[in-house]
Amino acid sequence: MNDLALPVLDVAKIRRDFPILSQSVRGKPLVFLDSAASAQKPLAVIEAMVQAMETQYANVHRGLHWMSERTTEAYEATRDAVARLVNAADRAEIVFTHNSTEAINLVAHSYGRGVLQPGQAVLISDMEHHSNIVPWQMLRDDHGIELRVAPITDAGELDMEGFERLLEDGKVGLVAMTHMSNVLGTYTPAARIAQVAHAHGAKLLLDGSQAIVHRRVDVQALDCDFYAFTGHKLYGPTGIGVLWARRDLLEAMPPFLGGGDMISSVTYEHTTWAAVPHKFEAGTPPILEGIGLGAAIAWLDAIGYVAIAAHEQVLTDHAIARLSAVEGVTIFGRAQDRGGVVSFTLDRAHAHDVATLLDRSGIAVRAGHHCAEPLMRRLGIQSTARASFAVYTTAAEIDFLADALARVREFFA
Amino acid sequence: MSASDDVRDLYQEVILEHGMRPRHAGRPERFDATAKGDNPMCGDRVEVFFSYGPDGRIVDPRFDARGCAISIASADLMAEAVAGLAPEGVRQVFARFRDMTRTGECPVCDEKVGDATMEMLRPLAGVHDYPSRVKCATLPWHALMAALQGEGQASSE
Repeated sequence: MNDLALPVLDVAKIRRDFPILSQSVRGKPLVFLDSAASAQKPLAVIEAMVQAMETQYANVHRGLHWMSERTTEAYEATRDAVARLVNAADRAEIVFTHNSTEAINLVAHSYGRGVLQPGQAVLISDMEHHSNIVPWQMLRDDHGIELRVAPITDAGELDMEGFERLLEDGKVGLVAMTHMSNVLGTYTPAARIAQVAHAHGAKLLLDGSQAIVHRRVDVQALDCDFYAFTGHKLYGPTGIGVLWARRDLLEAMPPFLGGGDMISSVTYEHTTWAAVPHKFEAGTPPILEGIGLGAAIAWLDAIGYVAIAAHEQVLTDHAIARLSAVEGVTIFGRAQDRGGVVSFTLDRAHAHDVATLLDRSGIAVRAGHHCAEPLMRRLGIQSTARASFAVYTTAAEIDFLADALARVREFFA
Repeated sequence: MSASDDVRDLYQEVILEHGMRPRHAGRPERFDATAKGDNPMCGDRVEVFFSYGPDGRIVDPRFDARGCAISIASADLMAEAVAGLAPEGVRQVFARFRDMTRTGECPVCDEKVGDATMEMLRPLAGVHDYPSRVKCATLPWHALMAALQGEGQASSE
C-alpha cells in the first residue's frame, strides 16, 4: 500500500473475503474499480445464500412448516438489521423492493399519485441518476405535477440559493435528491436540505444508492422522509432494494403493486390491505436476496462505518492527487465533501477507448454517461470514464490506474 | 501502451489513423440523403450524409459524429468503401461487414481475387473480440442503411 497509512482498515484481510478479487483478467491481476456500478460480494453473503438454499429454503409468510418458519425468520431478521443500519424508529418503516429504482418508483406512484395533488411540484437536482428523474417525469405527465430542477455549481455542489428559490412559492410537495452523486462523488448536505425543504412544506426523499455504501446513514438525524438504496452496491446480492419511509407517510399512501402478501382479506367486492410494510410488498419477495443482504449488513457492521469512511477518504484524496498529475486528465466534481467516485476524461481519447485499453491491463472502470445524461449536458460532455472505490480497493490499485492512463495517452499520441 | 500488442488487434494503425484524423468528417453543404444513429448505451451519435449521382450511385458520403475511435474510424472507412457504389452494392457490403464484426472472419477477403472493399474494412474485424464495442463499429452503417431507406433515424439493434 506504498507509504500510505490506512491504519483503521485491514484491506489485505478484507480482500481475502472476496474470492473474485484474486482472479486474473486477460492474464493480469484484476483491478476492479467499478464498485459504484455494483460491488463484489464477500464470502459471508455467498455462504448465507447457499446455506439457506441447502438447508431451509421455502416460501415466507405463509407456510406452517419448519422450513417456512426458519426462512421467514431469516428474511425478517434482515428487516431488523436494515432498521438498525439506518436507525429507523420502527421496523415497519422498512419496505423491501427489488432495487433503488423500484423504491423511487414506489414513492412516485403511491405518494406522488396518492398524496400529491395536481398543481404541486417535485424538485430534483441537476446531478440525478436517471432513476431519480424518469419516475418524476412519468408522474408529471400523468398526474399534472410540475418537475423542477435545482441547479448545481461548477464544482458539482448543490446551489443552495437556487435550490431554496425553487421552493419559495410553496408548490413543491416533495424534494427528491441524491445523497451522493454517482458521477461527481458529491455528498449533498442532506440534513440542511431537509431543513430547507421542511421549512417550505416539502417532504424529502434521498437516493442513498451510493452514500450508504460509504457512510453511516441515520434517517432520524438527517430528518428526511424517504430513503432509498439497493443491496447490490452494499456488497449484497442483486434483486433486493430498500425504501425507508416514515410510518405515517406509508400509512397514508395507497399500495403500489397488488397481489398476494399485501392484503388483509380479499373478496370480489372488496380487498383490504395488509399493515405496513407488507402493504407495499406484493408477491413472493426476494427471499434469498434478503437473506444475503442481511449477511452483508452483518459483515459491514463488523468492519464499522468509521473505518470504511476513513478508508474512502484516503483513497479519494490519493486518486484525485494521482489522476490530476496525469497529463491530459480532467476530473469532474470538485465538491468540498466528496467521496470515492472519480469521473474523468482524457484529452486524446474517448472514454470508451480509455476503458477498453484499461481493460486490457486488467483494470475495470465504467465509461459512458453513467445514467445521468442531463448532468453530462450540464458538464458540457458526452461521457466520462469513472473509477469507483470500495472497502477492498487499495492505493496501489489507484497507482496502477494512474500509470496505465499515462500509457493510454501515449498510445493515442 | 507497453502492453500494446494485445490491443493492436482492435486498435490497428489504420483504425488509429482514421479514428483520430478522419478524412470524410463534416456536414456537406448539399446532400440528398441523411440519417442519424444513436447508441443509447453510451450516448454516441453519428449523422451520415450523401448525394446520389445521375446513375443512382453514392456520391460524396460524409459523416458528423461524436464517439470513440472505433466508431469514427468505422464511419470514415465506410465512407471510403461505399463511395461510387449503387445502393444494392452498399447493402451487400453492409451484410458482409456485419458478419465480419460478429465472427472476425472475412471469407471474401481470402478468395483468390480478394474483395477490395471488404479488404479495406477488414481492420475492423478485431471488434468481434470485444462484444461491447461491436455496436461502435456498426452504428454508422445502421445510419447509412436508414438514409438509403429514406428514414431519418436508425433504429437501434
